[in-house]
Amino acid sequence: MRALIDQGVDKVFGYPGGQIMPVYDSLYDYSDKIQHYLARHEQGAIHAAEGFARASGKTGVVIATSGPGAMNLITGLNDALMDSTPVVAITGQVPSTLLGKDAFQESDVVSVTLPVTKWSILVRTPEEIAPAVAKAFYIANSGRPGPVVIDIAKDAQVGMAEYRHSSCNFIRSYDPKPEIDESAIQAAADMLNAAERPMILSGHGVTIAGAGSELIELAEKADIPVACTMLGLSSIPTAHPLNKGMLGMHGNLGPNINTNKADVILAVGMRFDDRVTGDTGKYAPGAKIIHIDIDSSEFDKTVGSDLHIHADAKEALGRIAALVNQTKHEAWVESFARHEKVETERVKKQELFPDNEDGKMHMGEVVNKVSEAFGHDAVLVTDVGQNQMFSVRYFSFSSPRSCISSGGLGTMGFGLPASIGAKIAVPERDVVLFVGDGGLQMTIEELGMIMEYNVGVKIILLNNNYLGNVRQWQELFFNSRYSATPMKNPDFVALANAYGIAGENVEHRDALGEAIERMKAHKGVYLLNVNIEEMGMIFPMTPGGHGVDEILLNSTEYYKPV
Amino acid sequence: MENQLFTISVFTENQVSLLHQISMIFSRRCLNIESLSVSACSIPGVHKFTITCKSTRPMMEHVVKQIEKRIEVLRAFLHTDDEIVFQEVALYKVPTSSVLESGQIEDIVRQNGARVLEIQPEYTVFEKTGHTVEVKALFDRLKPLGLRQFVRSGRIAVTKATLELVDEFLERQEKRRDRLSR
Ligand SMILES: Cc1ncc(C[n+]2csc(CCOP(=O)(O)OP(=O)(O)O)c2C)c(N)n1
Ligand SMILES: [Mg+2]
Repeated sequence: MRALIDQGVDKVFGYPGGQIMPVYDSLYDYSDKIQHYLARHEQGAIHAAEGFARASGKTGVVIATSGPGAMNLITGLNDALMDSTPVVAITGQVPSTLLGKDAFQESDVVSVTLPVTKWSILVRTPEEIAPAVAKAFYIANSGRPGPVVIDIAKDAQVGMAEYRHSSCNFIRSYDPKPEIDESAIQAAADMLNAAERPMILSGHGVTIAGAGSELIELAEKADIPVACTMLGLSSIPTAHPLNKGMLGMHGNLGPNINTNKADVILAVGMRFDDRVTGDTGKYAPGAKIIHIDIDSSEFDKTVGSDLHIHADAKEALGRIAALVNQTKHEAWVESFARHEKVETERVKKQELFPDNEDGKMHMGEVVNKVSEAFGHDAVLVTDVGQNQMFSVRYFSFSSPRSCISSGGLGTMGFGLPASIGAKIAVPERDVVLFVGDGGLQMTIEELGMIMEYNVGVKIILLNNNYLGNVRQWQELFFNSRYSATPMKNPDFVALANAYGIAGENVEHRDALGEAIERMKAHKGVYLLNVNIEEMGMIFPMTPGGHGVDEILLNSTEYYKPV
Repeated sequence: MENQLFTISVFTENQVSLLHQISMIFSRRCLNIESLSVSACSIPGVHKFTITCKSTRPMMEHVVKQIEKRIEVLRAFLHTDDEIVFQEVALYKVPTSSVLESGQIEDIVRQNGARVLEIQPEYTVFEKTGHTVEVKALFDRLKPLGLRQFVRSGRIAVTKATLELVDEFLERQEKRRDRLSR
């Protein structure tokens, strides 16, 4: 416990069990310094720790017991690895004398977690605990952040060792802060200065590095349009004139089309995920690519670069900004507007101002209204599916660390617990969760955590009674054969009420505005169960395997820019 | 792109689970490790893995970066055969009677550059160091004599380059440690 406190930890998420009882017992003594949040499932605990980390930048901590407890963390560890989220997971392990004997609740935690963590260690003696904790925190939140596991044998937990303060800021085999290659910075500036149609792709790394102001400084000085990956959202305010929207499969027309028109692309803290690039063979054919990343294994992994800069995004962007010329690219910046206009006319209008008579709502209009009600400055947390895509498309951001969503792994069930962790991390901010009827039920037990700790998240259930995202693909690519996607759902508001959580059903669009106001005015947690049109589809869409500029505006029509 | 045999040398801390950490990077990509050998190296506390694998250069470069990403890996390097001096060792166990009957012992030893390690009434053990083809040549020669056991080590290799890249990395890290402790 002292080792945790030394790392500045004052909040942990977890779930007890036999082999972690000594840790919980000492937690009891330190309850004035460390608050423990009891989840209702270990997966909930680790997603909460992820939400905590994503909202605050601090390392999230989760504690679980051996065997089943540790195994229930796997999804969250993988999720945190994919989305570069600093999490330290502490698991109990059977006594060291029983290791490998198939002891009760023994799992080979290190072996199972190695592929889904940045680092994983088994601790067998009490003396090793403090150094392992120090090292774990250093690894989790330096370089490219990620999850680490400390698996502590029960005898190490009960054994006595004099506590020696341990700190760690150096590991011989690990270099999290590469020295910047000056010539590469100069080369990047030269390339940008020579560019006629430059574009910046801003990824999660910009947020993690806290490089938002350097990004904006560079973009404004050299007049470079910025596009964000999904996890890069909120690295630059939505309303910034140079923010041209989101990249990727369901991103905006402008940045996707113009990726293939740009002559220089500066990609920062992003990893050219296939959801962003589509068919890499058709990706950015006319562009020289400059790639900045703290993780050198990302260079040339899926998309080749002409110049790569192995560096922290904040430092690199700041230095490049100092070297670029003050300039204007009026026609180029303006060229995004053309596509924006088409998107507004052909996609957004129907989504934001639909007029279907039954009053069932579209997800986009709900998201937009909620964003507006919270002054476009709430923390958005999403689950996975159509609800996620609509949320990130139609929510607006004013400050960094405002978009928390499971990107790399696309983990249904992430949303509810992550929103809890986020609210606990930044209680002064409004935290708004959009979740689907499918995803909510994957971790719905965490309503218990909300009830117990009065976590004031605003839950908007975009309820279409379908696994909507899969249904959409079935409609488009499987002849509308709705195999296992319609769902008979419970009375969600009654369920929330059972947990002492206030909420209401919104059946008709006419009632939406006032319901949102009631939710906002209500002190504490609130659940809106919104009656969503079942056959809703998320567009624009670049179907898998297509180029980024091959975009469906609806089920049948590809966008043809004029 | 053509598959080609590559040699990867990996310098790591001497800790448990490293073999697992490295092998999982190959298995995840369905890459078959052709040979593997692990031992201490010239730097105290540092272990060296020598791995051979048939694949394309881009895939192998990707794998090397993924290996280096593991915390306890110092550096990893990709080599083709012309960049390294390499060797394998093989042992062959043959019935002594058939070796004697053949009357070829001297020829075998001279022509193949083999050594006799042990002669017992029942069996004789030959040892051969060399490249895979040479080891295979002796295998083919002993096979008709009723070869009982055969074992070949993984490849071991040193680079031809004069600069030791891992040393450079360690020096840089030591400087960083000094800066941090100040
Ligand atoms: C754990 C997990 N299982 C399955 C999937 C595959 N999947 C992606 S979206 C989706 C449907 C989500 O349905 P719902 O939560 O109702 O959201 P909607 O798309 O309807 O908004 C499914 C099943 C997933 N992403 N994660
Ligand atoms: Mg649904």
